Amino acid sequence: MLRTALRNIVAHKARLMMTALAVVLGTAFVSGTLIFSDTVGAAYRNAMSKNLKDVAVSVQSASPRNADGDGEEPADGRRDSALTDPLADRIRTLPGVASVRPSLSGDTIVVGKDNQPLGREWGNRGVNYVPDRDGKDSRYPLREGRAPASAGELALDAKSAQRGGYALGDTVRFATDGPALTKKLVGIVGTDDPQVTSGASLALFDTSTAQKLFLHPGQYDELVVTAKPGADNQALTEQVRTLLPKDRAVATSGTELASQEARFITESTSSLTKMLLTFAGIALFVGVFIIANTFTMLIAQRSREIALMRAVGASRRQVVRSVLAEAGLLGLASSAVGFALGLGIAVGLRPLLNATGAGFPDGPLVLRPSAVLTALGVGVLVTVLAAWLPSRKAARIAPIEALSTVEAPPAQRGLVLRNTLGAVVTALGVAAMLYVSTQKDSGALTMAMAGGVLTLTGVIILAPLLSRPLVALAGKVTTRLFGVTGKLAKENALRNPRRTAATASALMIGLALITGMTVGGHSVQRATDEMVAKDLKADYKVTSSHFDGIDPQLSKKAARVSGVEAVVPLRQVGLRTTGDGFLSLTGTDLTQLPKVTDVRFERGSYDAVRGNGIAVSRTKAKELGWKVGDTVEAEFFSGKAKKQKLTITGIYQDNGIVRDALGAASLIDPHKKPFKDDEVLVKAADGASAGLGKEIRDALGNSPLLKVQDRDALRNQDAGAINTMLNMMYGLLGMAVVIAVLGVVNTLAMSVFERTREIGMLRAIGLPRTGIKQMVRLESVVISLFGAVLGIGVGVFLAWAGGSMTANSLPTYEMVLPWGRLALFFGIALVVGVLAAAWPARRAARLNPLESIGAQ
Amino acid sequence: MPHTAVPRPAFPAHATTAVAARATSLSKVYGQGETQVVALDSVDVEFERARFTAIMGPSGSGKSTLMHCMAGLDSISTGSARIGDVELAALNDKQLTRLRRDKIGFIFQAFNLLPTLTALENITLPMDIAGRRPDREWVSRVVETVGLSGRLGHRPSQLSGGQQQRVAVARALAAQPEIIFADEPTGNLDSRSGAEVLGFLRESVQAMGQTVVMVTHDPVAAGYADRVIFLADGHIVDELRGPTADTVLDRMRMFDAKGRTS
Repeated sequence: MLRTALRNIVAHKARLMMTALAVVLGTAFVSGTLIFSDTVGAAYRNAMSKNLKDVAVSVQSASPRNADGDGEEPADGRRDSALTDPLADRIRTLPGVASVRPSLSGDTIVVGKDNQPLGREWGNRGVNYVPDRDGKDSRYPLREGRAPASAGELALDAKSAQRGGYALGDTVRFATDGPALTKKLVGIVGTDDPQVTSGASLALFDTSTAQKLFLHPGQYDELVVTAKPGADNQALTEQVRTLLPKDRAVATSGTELASQEARFITESTSSLTKMLLTFAGIALFVGVFIIANTFTMLIAQRSREIALMRAVGASRRQVVRSVLAEAGLLGLASSAVGFALGLGIAVGLRPLLNATGAGFPDGPLVLRPSAVLTALGVGVLVTVLAAWLPSRKAARIAPIEALSTVEAPPAQRGLVLRNTLGAVVTALGVAAMLYVSTQKDSGALTMAMAGGVLTLTGVIILAPLLSRPLVALAGKVTTRLFGVTGKLAKENALRNPRRTAATASALMIGLALITGMTVGGHSVQRATDEMVAKDLKADYKVTSSHFDGIDPQLSKKAARVSGVEAVVPLRQVGLRTTGDGFLSLTGTDLTQLPKVTDVRFERGSYDAVRGNGIAVSRTKAKELGWKVGDTVEAEFFSGKAKKQKLTITGIYQDNGIVRDALGAASLIDPHKKPFKDDEVLVKAADGASAGLGKEIRDALGNSPLLKVQDRDALRNQDAGAINTMLNMMYGLLGMAVVIAVLGVVNTLAMSVFERTREIGMLRAIGLPRTGIKQMVRLESVVISLFGAVLGIGVGVFLAWAGGSMTANSLPTYEMVLPWGRLALFFGIALVVGVLAAAWPARRAARLNPLESIGAQ
Repeated sequence: MPHTAVPRPAFPAHATTAVAARATSLSKVYGQGETQVVALDSVDVEFERARFTAIMGPSGSGKSTLMHCMAGLDSISTGSARIGDVELAALNDKQLTRLRRDKIGFIFQAFNLLPTLTALENITLPMDIAGRRPDREWVSRVVETVGLSGRLGHRPSQLSGGQQQRVAVARALAAQPEIIFADEPTGNLDSRSGAEVLGFLRESVQAMGQTVVMVTHDPVAAGYADRVIFLADGHIVDELRGPTADTVLDRMRMFDAKGRTS
């Protein structure tokens, strides 16, 4: 039977090509993902082991950098560290210690010659250059020039220097926490630091300069201890611990550090791998429809052959086995090709994802046997499973059919059972989604996923039933526009509802997901837009990429720019209230606030917000059950007199600028450690049209850390993020759509083959080649549009039901249908239909009428 | 014998002069060199208007090729084939398609109906393709003649073989083509259904003035024709006017005997 299977594949290679291609793409996606995650994991581990190779103990300063600096706040607002030179010296005297490397680092944004920040959104750092005994820092081998040795010098990593257009001797502009600074570039270094290999920028200073920039003279962030050969890490760690000041520093052994990082790497790559595999799964699922369709058609064409085999003594089981063997061989061959393609995907994925700011390190390609086996196994399994139902159909072919000379009309089995099942599944899915639509937070996410899958599955099962009215409707249009070819196209699409439905379903799955995400994304975007537009009266917003915030001096400078009407710095502090509520309290000069935002009080007014009186947003008040007049216990996260009683003196409509609660500056400022502004809002006298962005930026010292955005930029910032996300989804789901298109091509090619005689007759009685082409093309378009209608319909429904879950976090959310995009999807389906028909239509038109009429 | 029941047609005077289709020195050669096969060798023949002509001959005689060439379904090697005044050799594929659509009707052995269309839709299909409005009166006359009145809404799969072929006949007649070519129209039918179909063809010639050319190997079918042309080895070897099944059979026996002796 294996020989029969092999012969069949060879005989039908053209017809199996689309199916094979579907499997190839699906397995390529799977294997690409697996190889990619193995490769990235190995690259991380590699970088980590290089980084941690010599680390016996790591001593780190214990006041974490992003805490709101409790208690002893230094006057200059910088961090304070207990790791000092004397401590390093004491550790050096321990037996077993080979060396101690004192290092420190801090956020450093370097701008290129074009004034654009180098590196990526996060993780751009400045560090101190730590020379060894031979005067070189082994972590940062010099590629050019020399190490930074004085306050006026710095070195850069090679990538950043190149991107910034800097050569040795150039003056480099950068900022750490304040205004822009400049230093002379004296060296260019290489590094294995995974942050840097994945795109962050790195600046190096001599130790005393770095200390001045980030900490205080004589202080460090970390002391890295290397051991003498034979020394026990764990014992050494214990010894180091005894030397550390209590609560101000922690010692971690190198082994522990390695296992912590390993855990982190596994977690961060596995979530991405899971996501990619989900999309690969969707692509394969779509492929199942095409494979099943192909085998159904092949078996229909071969029914006489199969009947003959049965007549000469083949058992049902042998027939099934022969079909499954054919599927298995096809799956194996396709998966092998898919795996090769997957290698290419794996290579291309890293730069692609890094372009969106993901930041994966470089590394050699890793091919694990498990990835090979998984890809091949999945490909074969999916193909065989998809061919299983058709193989049962083959087994039912009676031997007598070999003898019948009359072409039996295709027996249409009843759809009653299928429709009943479909109705039940759809009803379950819709019910689940309706329940989800009453939920206001993401707690219902699992339910929403289940509901979405059920709804989609139900509609797939019901698709043959739905195809009748929808295709008939589309047929009315095609008949009207194209006359008899339109009518014939409609009839052909209706001829085999199961086949049409399976073909359209494949397209529906991708489109439903794409539509759902698009509608959701656009609605969220609209909601954020509305928040910006509704609440922001200021024309510019100044923010800092430094986590501490903006130097309060700067807002005074901005106020001096001519044409500026008001400058309002906002400061926020966190506090915990009774009942475990968290609150972010915004404070500012309340007399100026109305100029930059419109706080609509429902109860109380600005006047009541003074002393310990605060106003809260409606949502927050509802969440915590507060009313005007209530007095609540509050515990501030920082500052002295942490515990205070606060009185609720006002409630306002939710406001995107002043979020949870509003208080007087006198209440908030003592708790603001370090004392920095979180954002500064600027109102121009002539509105945004004045174009003061540059003037404000200049007045603020042109620091690379600061962002000055006008209203359009603020809006685009959100839109940009959502669009990036959507584009990525389009890319991932695009694979499913491509496979679905292959399915349309496949179905049409098979249909043309089956209808050779009809096409010959139509040609004989006078339908020109162009008419035949049009007929095939219109059938394709009708099927594609059927898929599009189902997909877009289901997608919009799912987005509507799921959208309610944002009600709490995004009160302005309301579903908006991006009609332009939806029309575009519809248009794409139309184009897909036309393109998918190109090859089958050409083949059909080329048929010789005489030969076709004689064809069996 | 059913054919004896059919009366001999009264020959309309105008038809004797007019020619619906004509082949002059028509040759058809398949293949090249060693494998070359001459299917038609310089055939001269005229098909008179409003006459029922049968083409007979053994397998490989070239009878089907002659019909296909005359119907614009196959290309001509040398010589000339005309439908009315139109020279087929001068037409490209597009023009041939239009000619078939507007001037020629077809009836095939294996019915060749579209299974997705109803009987009526199949009948009007050539006019739908041409974008012409069917002549309702004429169509209903044709439908009545072939006895399909009650079955117009049926799909081919709901009709018997004889009924399907009657639909095919009606389709050929409905468009009022200049000439109808029928390729073994009774080949797949039992003798009773076959006789019906031949009766309709006969009647369409007699009552409607239709021109019909039919390829057959069945002497009984040929007996319905006004004239029988005999082909052998790509040549016209004989012709018989006003044939009956018996005279045709006699003539065929004669050829067989010739073939054995020569």
